[in-house]
Amino acid sequence: MTPDVTTRDWSQVLSQIRSHRDQAAFADLFTHFAPRVKAFLLRSGASETLAEECMQEVMATVWQKAHLFDPSRAAASTWIFTIARNRKIDALRKQRQPQPEDLTWGPETEPDQTDVVILQQETEELGRALATLPEKQRDLIERAYFHDLSHSQIAEETGLPLGTIKSRIRLALDRLRHAMRQLDRPK
Amino acid sequence: MTTDISHHLTEPLLMAYSAGTLPEAFSLVVASHVSLCDECRARLGAYDAVGGAMLEDCGVASLGANAYAETLARIAERPEAPVPPPSADLATFPAPLRDYVGGDLDAVQWRAVGGGVKQAILPTSADASVRLLSIPGGAAMPDHGHRGAELTLVLQGAFHDEDGTFARGDVEVADEHLNHRPVAARGVPCICLAATDAPLRFSGLMPRLAQRFLRI
Ligand SMILES: [Zn+2]
Repeated sequence: MTPDVTTRDWSQVLSQIRSHRDQAAFADLFTHFAPRVKAFLLRSGASETLAEECMQEVMATVWQKAHLFDPSRAAASTWIFTIARNRKIDALRKQRQPQPEDLTWGPETEPDQTDVVILQQETEELGRALATLPEKQRDLIERAYFHDLSHSQIAEETGLPLGTIKSRIRLALDRLRHAMRQLDRPK
Repeated sequence: MTTDISHHLTEPLLMAYSAGTLPEAFSLVVASHVSLCDECRARLGAYDAVGGAMLEDCGVASLGANAYAETLARIAERPEAPVPPPSADLATFPAPLRDYVGGDLDAVQWRAVGGGVKQAILPTSADASVRLLSIPGGAAMPDHGHRGAELTLVLQGAFHDEDGTFARGDVEVADEHLNHRPVAARGVPCICLAATDAPLRFSGLMPRLAQRFLRI
């Protein structure tokens, strides 16, 4: 196993789990993502006990649904984020999150490797774009994604008028959109 | 997938769905449109990728002492997920909607609300509501303005109003400023999935009656 976990290709690891039910790969994936999923849940307002339980549920779902992971459509972090988000809505807001119909691919078809590589590059670019956002913009995006805040709730928390919030999120997203242009195109 | 969709979801709706802040009723319409629309699926994928990047970058929490073993135990308790059935391309309703209805169009428990219009309210969290509407071809919906947001997805037939023509897969995003009078196109009944986050206000006496029966 690669010692430097930060440079691991997690989509590749997840594909191993998908295709070979590879338990060692799952252990590595767990080591990397479980603490992040739990941090995400804690920051969303879950108690320590609830965050631990939900994290375990999320990681169990990752194993169970690995056959649905398509590395040409989503990075591992993207896919795991959607599972964690759904669990968060279920546990913290007591609602269901209706899911788009899964795009299934036949048992023999493998994702197009060119698409996989392009998606991987775009995801790295997106990470860099996020990391270089001005503090204020990044803060708002974080609040939107982690604290389960609507635009108007953000306004209440910060005391800023709604129009300002909307345009700041807009501005942040416009900057992100540059990095996401490739992701935006229909496949 | 359909390629002739011309009315799509807005950026705020896609971002809110991705961040998980929409009421369940609106999420159902978003998920249903995305099921039919490759373009919005890709746009949603971009917002989910933002969420994924934030997840990568949001710090780490210390886990319970036996977190990994306990997770394996949870896995052992679960059945292997069955391979999902191939998407029912011939269905009128996309999968997330079939989930709420308990089947396709023929499984809907319609309730007549007058003028040939039928509706079925679907069970969701109380912060907004979502219903299926069936409007006879050529018939007009009652004139109404909105106090909140309304999101309407066409599943069969078509309607037109001040904003244009909406056919299968098209979604209309209306806010309190739009006072519209949708008319169903001639032919098959127009079947829509409509989410509202506030009671609609109808103008005129008949529509007021309809409002009571429609429970909008
Ligand atoms: Zn669309």
